[in-house]
Amino acid sequence: MREFGYRRARDVSGALALLAADPDARYLGGGTNLVDLMKAGVERPAHLVDVRELPLDGIEITPEGGLRVGATVTNSDLAAHPEVRRRYPALAQAVLAGASGQLRNMATVGGNLLQRTRCGYFTDVSKPCNKRAPGSGCPAVTGEHHNHAILGATDHCVAVHPSDMGVALTAFDAVVTYETPDGPAESPLADFYLPVGDTPHRETALPPGALITGVVLPPAPVAARSRYRKVRERASYAFAIGSVAAALDVEDGVVRDVRLALGAVASRPWRARAAERVLVGGPADGAAFAAAADAELAAAKPLPDNGYKVTLMRNLMVAVLTELAEEATR
Amino acid sequence: MTTATTGPAAVKGAVGTAHTRVEGRDKVTGAARYAGEIPFADLAHGWLALSTVARGRVRSLDTDAVLGMPGVLAVLHHGNAPRVDTDYVGMLGIPPDPTAAVFQDDRVPHVGWPVALVVAETPEQAREAAEALVVTYDEEPHDTVLTADHPGAYPADGHMPAETEKGDLAASLAASAVVVDEEYTTPEEHHSMMEPHAATALWDGGRLEVIDSNQGATWVQTELAKMFSLDESAVRVRSEHIGGGFGSKGLRAHQVSAVMAATVLQRPVRVVMTRRQMFSLAGHRSPTVQRVRLGADADGRLRALEHRSLNQTSTVYEFVEPGAGVARVMYDADAHRTANHVVRLDVPSPTFMRAPGEAPGSFAIESALDELAERCGVDPIELRLRNEPEAGPVSGLPFSSRNLAACFREGARRFGWAERDPRPGIRREGRWLLGTGTAAASFGAGAGPSTALLTAEADGTFTVRISAADLGTGARTALTLVAADALEVTPERVRVRIGDSDFGPAMIAGGSMGTRSWAWAITEAARELRERLALGPAVPPEGITVRSDTTEALGALAQKERHSYGAQFAEVAVDTATGEVRVRRMLGIFAAGRIVNPLTARNQLVGGMIWGISMALHEEAVRDRATGGLYAPDLAGYHVATHADVGDVDADWVDDHDPDDPVGIKGVGEIGIVGAAAAVANAVRHATGVRHRSLPIRPDRVLSARADGSGTDA
Repeated sequence: MREFGYRRARDVSGALALLAADPDARYLGGGTNLVDLMKAGVERPAHLVDVRELPLDGIEITPEGGLRVGATVTNSDLAAHPEVRRRYPALAQAVLAGASGQLRNMATVGGNLLQRTRCGYFTDVSKPCNKRAPGSGCPAVTGEHHNHAILGATDHCVAVHPSDMGVALTAFDAVVTYETPDGPAESPLADFYLPVGDTPHRETALPPGALITGVVLPPAPVAARSRYRKVRERASYAFAIGSVAAALDVEDGVVRDVRLALGAVASRPWRARAAERVLVGGPADGAAFAAAADAELAAAKPLPDNGYKVTLMRNLMVAVLTELAEEATR
Repeated sequence: MTTATTGPAAVKGAVGTAHTRVEGRDKVTGAARYAGEIPFADLAHGWLALSTVARGRVRSLDTDAVLGMPGVLAVLHHGNAPRVDTDYVGMLGIPPDPTAAVFQDDRVPHVGWPVALVVAETPEQAREAAEALVVTYDEEPHDTVLTADHPGAYPADGHMPAETEKGDLAASLAASAVVVDEEYTTPEEHHSMMEPHAATALWDGGRLEVIDSNQGATWVQTELAKMFSLDESAVRVRSEHIGGGFGSKGLRAHQVSAVMAATVLQRPVRVVMTRRQMFSLAGHRSPTVQRVRLGADADGRLRALEHRSLNQTSTVYEFVEPGAGVARVMYDADAHRTANHVVRLDVPSPTFMRAPGEAPGSFAIESALDELAERCGVDPIELRLRNEPEAGPVSGLPFSSRNLAACFREGARRFGWAERDPRPGIRREGRWLLGTGTAAASFGAGAGPSTALLTAEADGTFTVRISAADLGTGARTALTLVAADALEVTPERVRVRIGDSDFGPAMIAGGSMGTRSWAWAITEAARELRERLALGPAVPPEGITVRSDTTEALGALAQKERHSYGAQFAEVAVDTATGEVRVRRMLGIFAAGRIVNPLTARNQLVGGMIWGISMALHEEAVRDRATGGLYAPDLAGYHVATHADVGDVDADWVDDHDPDDPVGIKGVGEIGIVGAAAAVANAVRHATGVRHRSLPIRPDRVLSARADGSGTDA
């Protein structure tokens, strides 16, 4: 493990200045992923700039009726916040479906968005990986990949994004705000994660040195009836093999509005827009839900050992939408 | 506990009564020090550098660059390390695994083989330098894939004969009304104990001292003495507290490399394994491919039984995971054939892991019996009761005691088995399909020669000194209770000191034999001490010490089939839309001899059963074909059951008295896991109608089994 320097930033501009001073520096949030990667030799920063004490730990209602969540809000605080639980229950459920209580007490919203894939080739420096060492190859395509991507992947990388929180945020059209040396900027989460293409090591639209300051959730009445379901290989403390964040508004048996996002299927949280298009204005029944799921999964390109994910995601989407529809009729 | 242990010894009081761990307060307050945290002056730290290729030779190591790094004191490797001897037979009657004899040549037999030890002033410096060390290899093609028809497979003995055979298998199968012929597989599994391996070695006045975490202080002491050609009296190994062993904590690379470095540098050196290193240096349970053929009459009575088990081992050491051994104890048939085979691959050496042989073997045969029961239309418990043997199926020896039937009857009563509808796939609760399953368990009840020192102190207390190991099981507490009863005093007057090779040879904590072996030695010593105390009135200031040795007594014990037994019950819920399997409740009823401490015995049994859940549903180390190394070898990638995976689990026991055994203890360390995975798999079959013959029963496998439309097998 490389020796590294440590500085604590007092304000956002100070944090940017500290990072700009050293191209080999990294921001440190809760450290629940970065420190592991440092121990594994995947990350070898010369300096850590601790941003956890920055005044970005608030959750407030926006004038439009949405929510602004600061970047240093812990996962635990986010999941416990009454407005989050009331307005975006799937977001609270997603956060609570991740990690463990101890980790959620440390992990931050900003760090969660920037966490790296848990692909076992990425986290093992003795093996090739295009994301970690561009051009070295992707052994997962012909190797172990039963929990790898079925959507949006390329031969260069088939890793999946590990975040639960990000799936719910993607469903609710969250916008990431960040500070750059040139001033504040923002990006819808849907555009924040870059397509894999042939550059899997380039993961986000965040400019060099930029610091995430928070996420903004636009108002979404539909989100009040929402749900997150996660399937994993044990009952707790494991990353998803498939997850769904869904919100559904039904009136007289017809879908008025719907939000649907999928986790553990792609290099980023996957907004299921094809499925949403099929659903809006149509009947809220099992056949329609299945047709919507099929529409989304038509683009799936499973590998030899992860074809089950197509079945799993279809079943999950139908199950969660059915539950929400039943709830709406009660 | 509803079942009290009875028998002549129970009337004395301490044995059979729940007692919290005598060192419990020290452990929860942090006062108990583990091997990696005991301070030493002038301590240097070694860090192992491991190979990144699966087969080949070390061509070069760029040690110069590393020696110039801050704090680095030495780099040991095959070119400069002290030579050691591996041509000997150790305390357990087997040669050493050369995996522990590091840096003796340039050959690399697997990914994660130690190629160097970097020693520095701090662990951080040692780690940074070890990670910076550039090693080049002449790489050779590797083979790390175990297959049923691997051409390299051959029969191997291990600690039992490779093959047994009686009767005409083909004829008996042909004459059988019902035949089951299936293949079962279990994956590579790892011990994953909480405390990593850690050792500190130092020379003190011409004597080698090793502070370690191991399963037998005299075991490791004698191995190190032989390996380094030292007199046994010149080596002292201490191992006071151990955070789990499960078979993995014998002689390994960390002790040997620490001794080498302490010898070269003439200062104390500590070597600690990282979690990732443990996945290649601490041993593992080999994957198995097993074939079971059963032939029976229409009423389920066996006429033919064949169980063949194949496991992998390394190219440098033959380790047998004897999956086929369980049938030699459990079930008889006119035609009876069992065989354990191994194949040498470019992988780390496997080793003992909780219930070696029985854990994977019971999954196969207890699943096969469930299949047989279903095809015969006979209740699975009734099928087993109909096949209870009169004597050892292979040995012909009488059983010392065999209370399997009592376990099934008591278990069935408490689990509610009588209400069970045998039809699969018909119970639904919301999104969950429900099912129940059962399986039998057995594990050998042996003992190994041990010595004990027992001192009557002048203040009226007693001190036991025995080179026992408490892996976290409560062995120290159990021995306190045994000694108290043998001395006819209260446990508060007994102090038990363990984990020091200076106390003399003793059995290891392994094979479920530790407590029985040590209790025997303590009981013998107590008898002699009481005789001595009866002769004279006063205890001198230095006390009166007696020494016992059970070697002769053990040799005089009649040859019998001596085993613990158990009946495992599981209820599962399966969501076939997502592949999730949850174990709602488990019950294990055991016949395990005299129970010394109900509190810690129950911990052991429940712990084993929980591991069985983990084995059934979660645990699997995946080997990457291209590199020959493991994929994601850490506790994020290797899943063990979490609290949320463990439903209502309970263990209890029936009376199990063995009149001709002076101790009556059978051991509870391993049997809890035996049959547990089969009970879960049988319950999944009952819930869904799908038979899973490959562990673990992962969601993708449950889903794929449904998706392929067969609806019956996976």
